[in-house]
Amino acid sequence: MSPPISTRRAGSDMNVQSIIPVFDPAGPYAGSITTLSWVLIAMAAGVFAIVLAALWIALFGSARLKARLGGPVLVWAGGIVFPVVVLTLLLVYGLSLTRNLTAPVPEGAMRVRITGEMWWWRVAYLDRQGRATMTDANELHIPTGQPVLLELESNDVIHSFWVPRLSGKLDMVPGRRNRLPIQADRPGVYAGQCAEYCGGPHALMGFVVVAHTPADFAAFMAARRAPRSAAARDGAGAALFRQSGCAACHRIAGTAANGAAGPDLTHVGSRRSLGAGILPNNKGTMIGWIGDSQSIKPGNRMPSYKMLSAQQLDRLATYLDAQK
Amino acid sequence: MTSETGFDPALLDQFPIRAPRPEGEVEELERIWAAPKGLALLTAVNNNYIGFFYVATAFLFFLLAGLLALGMRVQLALPLQGILPQDTYNQFFTMHGTVMMFLFAVPMVEAIGVMLLPQMLAARDLPFPRLSAYAFWAYFVGGLCFFASLFVGLAPDGGWFMYPPYTSMAYSPGINADFWLLGIGFIEISAIAGAIEIIVGVLRTRAPGMTLARMPVYAWAMLVFGVMIIIAFPSVILCTLLLEIERAFDWPFFDPTRGGDALLWQHLFWFFGHPEVYIIFLPASGLVSMMVATMARTRLVGHSFVVLAFLATGFISFGVWAHHMFTTGMPNLSVGFFSAASMAVSVPAGIQVFAWIGTLAVGKPRYNAPTLFMIGGLIIFVMGGLTGVMVAMVPFDWQAHDSYFIVAHLHYVLIGGMVFPLFAAFYYWTPMTSSRALSERLGQWSFWLMFAGMHLTFLPMHLTGFMGMPRRVYTYLPDRGWTLINMISTIGAFVLAAGVLVFLFDLARNFRFTVDDDAGNVYKGGTLEWLPTGLYSTRSIPVVRSREPLWDDPAICEDVEKGRYLLPNAPTGKRETIITSPLRAEPEYLQIMPGPSPWPLLAAVFTAGFFLLLTVQAYGIGFVSGVIAILCVLRWLWDTDRVVKEEEVDVGGGILLPTYVTGPRSHGWWAMVILLIVIGMIFVMGLFSFFYLYGVQPDFWTAPAGWEGAAVVVPLYALAAGLAWLARFMLAREATQLWTPGVLYLCAAIALTAAVGGDILFWQASGLMPQDSGQGATIYVLLALEAMLAGIALLMAAYLSARNSRAMIVRPRNNSMDLCVLFLLYAAAQGALTAIVTRAFGG
Repeated sequence: MSPPISTRRAGSDMNVQSIIPVFDPAGPYAGSITTLSWVLIAMAAGVFAIVLAALWIALFGSARLKARLGGPVLVWAGGIVFPVVVLTLLLVYGLSLTRNLTAPVPEGAMRVRITGEMWWWRVAYLDRQGRATMTDANELHIPTGQPVLLELESNDVIHSFWVPRLSGKLDMVPGRRNRLPIQADRPGVYAGQCAEYCGGPHALMGFVVVAHTPADFAAFMAARRAPRSAAARDGAGAALFRQSGCAACHRIAGTAANGAAGPDLTHVGSRRSLGAGILPNNKGTMIGWIGDSQSIKPGNRMPSYKMLSAQQLDRLATYLDAQK
Repeated sequence: MTSETGFDPALLDQFPIRAPRPEGEVEELERIWAAPKGLALLTAVNNNYIGFFYVATAFLFFLLAGLLALGMRVQLALPLQGILPQDTYNQFFTMHGTVMMFLFAVPMVEAIGVMLLPQMLAARDLPFPRLSAYAFWAYFVGGLCFFASLFVGLAPDGGWFMYPPYTSMAYSPGINADFWLLGIGFIEISAIAGAIEIIVGVLRTRAPGMTLARMPVYAWAMLVFGVMIIIAFPSVILCTLLLEIERAFDWPFFDPTRGGDALLWQHLFWFFGHPEVYIIFLPASGLVSMMVATMARTRLVGHSFVVLAFLATGFISFGVWAHHMFTTGMPNLSVGFFSAASMAVSVPAGIQVFAWIGTLAVGKPRYNAPTLFMIGGLIIFVMGGLTGVMVAMVPFDWQAHDSYFIVAHLHYVLIGGMVFPLFAAFYYWTPMTSSRALSERLGQWSFWLMFAGMHLTFLPMHLTGFMGMPRRVYTYLPDRGWTLINMISTIGAFVLAAGVLVFLFDLARNFRFTVDDDAGNVYKGGTLEWLPTGLYSTRSIPVVRSREPLWDDPAICEDVEKGRYLLPNAPTGKRETIITSPLRAEPEYLQIMPGPSPWPLLAAVFTAGFFLLLTVQAYGIGFVSGVIAILCVLRWLWDTDRVVKEEEVDVGGGILLPTYVTGPRSHGWWAMVILLIVIGMIFVMGLFSFFYLYGVQPDFWTAPAGWEGAAVVVPLYALAAGLAWLARFMLAREATQLWTPGVLYLCAAIALTAAVGGDILFWQASGLMPQDSGQGATIYVLLALEAMLAGIALLMAAYLSARNSRAMIVRPRNNSMDLCVLFLLYAAAQGALTAIVTRAFGG
């Protein structure tokens, strides 16, 4: 088992990503678009060079060159024949690629429902029948080397799911279900962000996909499904969690907390980030987030719990940290 | 030579007529066309003044929206800054986009049309000067109030595209979103008014002999521009109306839980929104095509190709709207169609670019500020066009969409396609309207700063997009690696702004507005706007024999000024211009034009009051303001459509023209037909919404209203149409009593009202209410559109009766009566169609 990515690190590793993710794909869906991008960039550069050359001749060229350039032949050749040929070739390439990328994933592929919320992501791992078997938020764990089908929905406004190293983006439209296949060929952490303006702190609606080798993935999921220790379930913070009203919005499986409005906290302790991909997850940031989330992410739906004392915040954070 | 109208073209061959003109004609023209002085200048309606006000206001909005952009760039220079808080930033980018698109770009190209076209066509004015004045003032007052919403934190924050459901009442409960809908309302009015003005102006007020083949390429661009507005704007009119109704009355057009659909908005909005880009680009391309010929001192290479490219662009641009929706999960088949169309639209753009390059190659290009701005704009536009081809490739768009790559792409297209040509045009045409030309030195400084700043700002943004930075984010995290590149863009933005500042300095130093004492043909252009002009435009209206008359006939300036061409005087003693036929520009009649009037201004102010007061929910006085606006419009119309005592006048060379014509020959008839096309397009988009929701949400479709309703309503509509037709018929019979046509028209309007009222009652009796479902909402909105037409018909009936009582409905044919009848016939047809279609697709 390769630990670095299957368990949380102390610091922020959620942004382990390349500087230019579109050019550094981690799987076939993003990879074929990267190839297309390079082809298009080469095309654009080539055509631009031709236009500049023509312009240069028109302005500074010798009379002989200029005479050859002037006249309707240029308009025919440069304005009609050349673009039609180039565009037709590109169109065939683009449309066949579109068809490949939207081809159905193999029967039995892993399915996950991701629901856009203002301003976080609800994640539900589905079984063959489409029932949720495990719920989580703002983070998706997948096995490498196989396509995973994401069912994208929205509970409020339009969001857009975009993890550039794994695939292009696809919108989450209320009342519709869009299907996006993604695949990571290497274990790693892949950052993403909401791409459709959804109001308020849209800028701070991040997401992480964590890819594990299939063996690691199985172990990781098994660990999550294992029964909780009593200590984790009923720690000192449990009562405080109840009294503070956290359960009105948040759920912790196996406890009385069953709120559905906010992110599911059953596995919050093992998540890599807080506030939807914007803070590393450790006890300090957890305290900060509970105590004053409105300063960190203005406009988000979680009130700042400024009335809690430092000890209380500490106790809550310890309790939540134990929810692996 | 064949003739279009029966006019003998040989009559034009006698011009220029050498015989000296009588004394005092110029003084008479000056007296007639004199602009009001002092504060009364606000009542001016002449295109020289309105055009200038219009350009100046649009430029003001360019500066304001540019300032917003600088604010945003400062906020994004470093990660997690708090210079612009989240809410403010969201309002800033919404306003930046909205103001640039709706209050700068479209009004600016329209304003330049108002200013240049009459000069270029050698008309004394545009055919509906008061409509221009109204359009301008509505835009001026409304635009400024809209912008001011920013200062009180009430500016919209939903992005310039305002996607529901974010902008619906549930997620945007404040009146911010209503301000957006209001601001757009104004620009819809002024754009439609301007388009009518420009289409009729280009087709009917060209100088005699200026056939379509001899028409300047800019006029072609503006003709296509006008037609595109007529087709595209109804869509945005309808979708803003739907959203406002959903917000105010809870009709669920966009609510998927009640049979609406969020994507309906996107289809309607982008059906307008993408042609909008070409609506902005084509006029600028027309300007460049004019300037490039003058600057290269040769004729435009491939003139017909360029004109065909305009037409092709206009046509194809209506098939590309869904490329803004590639990431919404559309079926592959539609994706393929829109991808192909989006690529195809780059072909005509390429034709234009190569025609300009060819022209430069054939000629001897001059190195000066307008040329620099043109060539710089060309380079920028080509880059934007190429990234446009890239994003037309669907899989690539899945990465690029809504990222900074798109921010870069659209700014390259719009700045290269419109802003740089605009600055070129400022330098090129300023001598036509200022007593001093702008400074060449400052112009070149301005160009290099803007050109460098533009690339420094937007070139890195392509990469910012590839780095994963989405659009419309008020900040970003420090560990994303986006800091340096954003800082570069911010620095670039200030360099660009410095270039604009230099231009402003140049304006302050050198621009001196004038109508009759301009600096003249500094760059030696070949088209008619460079004829010597006074308050009355040209002294006489030349006969046009080529595309660049000033190049082909060196004497034309003197001949025009000495009155050796048509209409060297004012035979009726009023403002006049010659209306010519649409294809061959044969003189048809003399239009008597309205002069200065306070009514368009007042109508505009109260129209603005109406919208503003509704937005701040002061419904009572808002309604009063609306009524006053309507009364002002009626009062202004009251002066029009008058018969003058001279039935026919000699416009020179013994050419006799009537002063009053009716039917399809009259320019009023053309305007009414165009207006009906606009109304018809709104109806078509309404039907589209109905069928779209029917297709997407069939489960919500019930079939409550039976055909018995239609059996009552449709005959009533037929009756209304019959009565209206009879009114016109009776008018033509001299023997009829004075009041018969008016009374018949009133009966027709009442029948129309009864029909639509009946249809509404039938639907209510069926139990379907507009709040119930997408079906109910779209049906009632179609009925509401019809009810509005019925209301207008009633107003028309009252107006006709009032004119009738003052014996202003002349017989046998009268324009006011004709146009009202035409309107009512259309309204009856739309009503009957509504009654049938809503029942035929019941579910």
